[in-house]
Amino acid sequence: MSEHPLPQVVIQVENLVQTLGGQEILRGFSLNVYQGETLVLLGRSGGGKSVFLRHLIGLLQPVSGTVTVDREIISGLPERDLARVRRSMGILFQNGALFDSMTVADNVAFPLRERGETDEGIVTAKVEEALQMVDLAGQQGKMPVNLSGGMRKRVALARALINQPRCMLYDEPTAGLDPIVADSIDLLIRRLQRKLGVTSIVVTHDMKSTLTIADHVALLHEGRCYFYGTCDQLRASTDPVIRDFVEGRSHDEP
Amino acid sequence: MAPARYVGDLVFTFARYLGDLALLAAETLHGIFRGEVRPQLVVQQIYEIGFRSQLVVLITGAFTGAVFATQTYFQFHRLQMDAAVGPVVSVSMFRELGPVLCGLIVAGRVGAAMSAEIGTMKVTEQLDALRALAVHPVDYLVVPRFLAMLVSMPLLVAECIGVGILAAYLLTTQILGVSEPYYVHNMLYFTGGRDVAMGLIKGMVFGIVIVFVSCHQGLNAREGAVGVGRATTEAVVIGSLFILVVNFFLTMTLNIFFPAGK
Ligand SMILES: Nc1ncnc2c1ncn2[C@@H]1O[C@H](COP(=O)(O)OP(=O)(O)OP(=O)(O)O)[C@@H](O)[C@H]1O
Ligand SMILES: [Mg+2]
Repeated sequence: MSEHPLPQVVIQVENLVQTLGGQEILRGFSLNVYQGETLVLLGRSGGGKSVFLRHLIGLLQPVSGTVTVDREIISGLPERDLARVRRSMGILFQNGALFDSMTVADNVAFPLRERGETDEGIVTAKVEEALQMVDLAGQQGKMPVNLSGGMRKRVALARALINQPRCMLYDEPTAGLDPIVADSIDLLIRRLQRKLGVTSIVVTHDMKSTLTIADHVALLHEGRCYFYGTCDQLRASTDPVIRDFVEGRSHDEP
Repeated sequence: MAPARYVGDLVFTFARYLGDLALLAAETLHGIFRGEVRPQLVVQQIYEIGFRSQLVVLITGAFTGAVFATQTYFQFHRLQMDAAVGPVVSVSMFRELGPVLCGLIVAGRVGAAMSAEIGTMKVTEQLDALRALAVHPVDYLVVPRFLAMLVSMPLLVAECIGVGILAAYLLTTQILGVSEPYYVHNMLYFTGGRDVAMGLIKGMVFGIVIVFVSCHQGLNAREGAVGVGRATTEAVVIGSLFILVVNFFLTMTLNIFFPAGK
């Protein structure tokens, strides 16, 4: 962000290479994420955005290249050491990944209880607050299978946020939501950033929400960071790949 | 050279599989020693594994004891050794039938459930969600199942043996007309602590085999519903075969410490 003279890098990704199922998905992806900013990651469907996000929290280990979080290289760390890093981060999975044998309330309370919160009164109050934040007050007793796709996503968001991570990774937080709820999620991401200084990385296909929330935008194209800059730079770009993306144009014949 | 290579591959794959199981066991123990034990989950698993398996285990034990006693009686009756039915049944139940049958039943009932549950969590990214929330899947899923199995399996085996011996006793003395005091005396005379120890140790080992084989299948399930189905089938098949094979080696080894017979 331009108003900070010396922004601090929280997440540094260098030359990330990943091959899955014999297919090269990331081919030397590099990116810096600064303290307290919201970075939006754009890219074609199937381009490897979700795969990239998984590296940032150590769910996938790169073939080569490094991920540095808070000056600590997390690539190659053993699983049990990663837990320490993960405690300050949250991730919203693209499909929510709720625990399907637990109620909504137990899902949202899960991170709290795992951090040793034993006072059920506090747990209940915090769960209610978190659910209110995502517009789902009163849904505590439902099971995940009985929720709509958009509701599931918001429960997952409440679960990811309940421990107040310093860094949040969102995988398409507004996909499949109605425009009103989508807008409220955008505002929520903004609010968390302003009030709590949460660093956010948001994967999205939604250009409107990109322009609302992004401090920086990165475009993942063919396994590399094709574009990095501010929203204004994105809009002003004349590069055909970027223009097609921003304007949503395919080159198919009608 | 093709057959030799094929056998070589097979041996190598098997060795690697055993290595994987050992790593899973080590990770589980590591979790326990780090204090990653969630008592509530352990209790829940004891209920699932121990309590809810009782009916099938009791039925298995009772009918095995009864049928084994009948067959033994028909043979021994001709030799006028009716009262030998007691010790034959009880020693066999303790040393072989109880633990092995109980193990096979639990491998089917509990092993399948374990690998299906964990496998479904794997393919629906719930394991990744656990990891992202700084919870090690082995600590959360395998540790409670392992501890619950350590508690439940000896009890289940004991129940299976007990009800088998009781069924055999009732059948031989009440229906086939074998003299009660002789039956009981002979049975107690020829059955000792060594047989009890063998039964319970075997049961516990089989329980451990079931937990690690099933959890390993679940944790490594891939590709959707079919993958979970395959993992579940393999958990039951591998678990059952392991029980039979391990049983042979256990019998050989434990016989050194707990020799059979008076
Ligand atoms: N575990 C895996 N094994 C093999 N291939 C994988 C695996 N995970 C992802 N892929 C492949 O990696 C590529 C990128 O997937 P990814 O989910 O990151 O796409 P994405 O950019 O998030 O797309 P979308 O916008 O549709 O969510 C896809 O071609 C996918 O098939
Ligand atoms: Mg994706």
